[in-house]
Amino acid sequence: MAVQKDEVMSVTSSADIVLVRQIVRKWSVELGFSLIDQTKIVTAASELARNMVDYGGGGKLRLEALSEGIRRGLRLTFEDTGPGIPDIDLALKDGYTTGNGLGLGLSGSKRLMNEFEIYSRVGEGTRIAITKWR
Amino acid sequence: MSLNGKTTIPEILKKYQAELLTDWLKEQAAAGIRRDNFIKETELRQQCSEFLSLLTNATQSGNLSDIFAPEWSQVREMLTSISNSRTRQGFTPRDIALFVFSFKRPLFDHLRKEFAHNGEVLADEIWSATDLLDKLGLLTTEIYQKNREELIARQQEEMLELSTPVVKLWEGILALPLIGTLDSARTQIVMESLLQMIVETSSQVVIIDITGVPTVDTLVAQHLLKTVAAARLMGTDCIISGIRPQIAQTIVHLGVDLSDVTTKAKLGDAFLVALSRSGFKISRSEGEF
Ligand SMILES: Nc1ncnc2c1ncn2[C@@H]1O[C@H](COP(=O)(O)OP(=O)(O)OP(=O)(O)O)[C@@H](O)[C@H]1O
Ligand SMILES: [Mg+2]
Repeated sequence: MAVQKDEVMSVTSSADIVLVRQIVRKWSVELGFSLIDQTKIVTAASELARNMVDYGGGGKLRLEALSEGIRRGLRLTFEDTGPGIPDIDLALKDGYTTGNGLGLGLSGSKRLMNEFEIYSRVGEGTRIAITKWR
Repeated sequence: MSLNGKTTIPEILKKYQAELLTDWLKEQAAAGIRRDNFIKETELRQQCSEFLSLLTNATQSGNLSDIFAPEWSQVREMLTSISNSRTRQGFTPRDIALFVFSFKRPLFDHLRKEFAHNGEVLADEIWSATDLLDKLGLLTTEIYQKNREELIARQQEEMLELSTPVVKLWEGILALPLIGTLDSARTQIVMESLLQMIVETSSQVVIIDITGVPTVDTLVAQHLLKTVAAARLMGTDCIISGIRPQIAQTIVHLGVDLSDVTTKAKLGDAFLVALSRSGFKISRSEGEF
């Protein structure tokens, strides 16, 4: 697997979340994803970016255009140095929220993408990488 | 610095004020600053002469490097007011900064004359002068930037109000076309004006059209569900229209449950439902066709 292109942006406010959606949309279009896949990727990015701002105290997003053989993909890695998630299985349960959301952002973005990797340690932070292939 | 180790710029400013003013005005004309009808000759002369005297006063303190010190406050105020008025008149940041930068040559010329035989002092003095004028010039650019940011913020606020119309489609039927990003600030305004209109028009059905909302994530979904719930408490039915295929799929994957809400792909379909709920029936008149 090779990384063709990458970019990092800082995400600390709701204005940044709007920017995340715009940039992720642009990359998805450039990589030739269908309208449905574009919408899924942008929505998943919106969820994880907002979690990072709401719960992780802000963080960074790395975008990577991937290629593997003839496959092309988009990987988005969200990384914050916030409080971390004590119980990942619980956080991934539909409807679980410690804020007053719907509790569907994490589990939903997992369903919207092909790959979902989460690493989190209390007191250190959270890193979530999601990938979509086409 | 100068012969006794102190800068002589304050003295030079004082001593040659009249000549400096004349040279500076010439320099500004040569720099091609956009003037046309916006600033009259007399007004510019007045501005320059006032600035020159404030600058001279400020330098008398001997502090030529920290323009944010109290003794520079009048100079800063004047630059702020010049930048503000010129920004409003449509000057470019370059033109505004040139007001200060064009003073370099006249001042340098006088320094050169004064220290023609002492290259070292001349170099020191020119360095002090350029450092000072750069800082003042950059200040005008910062002020310009701040003005633009304020303008953008104001326009954003205006757009928030503009882009959330509540339209009365029919007796008892309201439409709320949502366009753009549903951030929380805007959703608050949308909800308030919608509920207000429901009361004023005692509507039975409200159509919320999300054709113009590019992304429906959990936050947007939650806002929609809350709006629907609030309207319902007031005895009003909500229909959500403009759910395109890609949005429908995404909502399903997210796991958002909209089964309690009537949804339609198109606004027109939602309108038909609304009409029939309000007891109206649409039929094509026969005979004429
Ligand atoms: N980056 C993060 N740092 C710390 N805690 C997090 C982070 N992301 C998620 N969480 C925790 O996981 C919970 C579930 O997240 P999820 O996105 O599924 O739901 P939510 O954000 O509460 O609501 P929504 O449905 O609006 O997204 C959050 O309530 C929060 O406690
Ligand atoms: Mg969330």
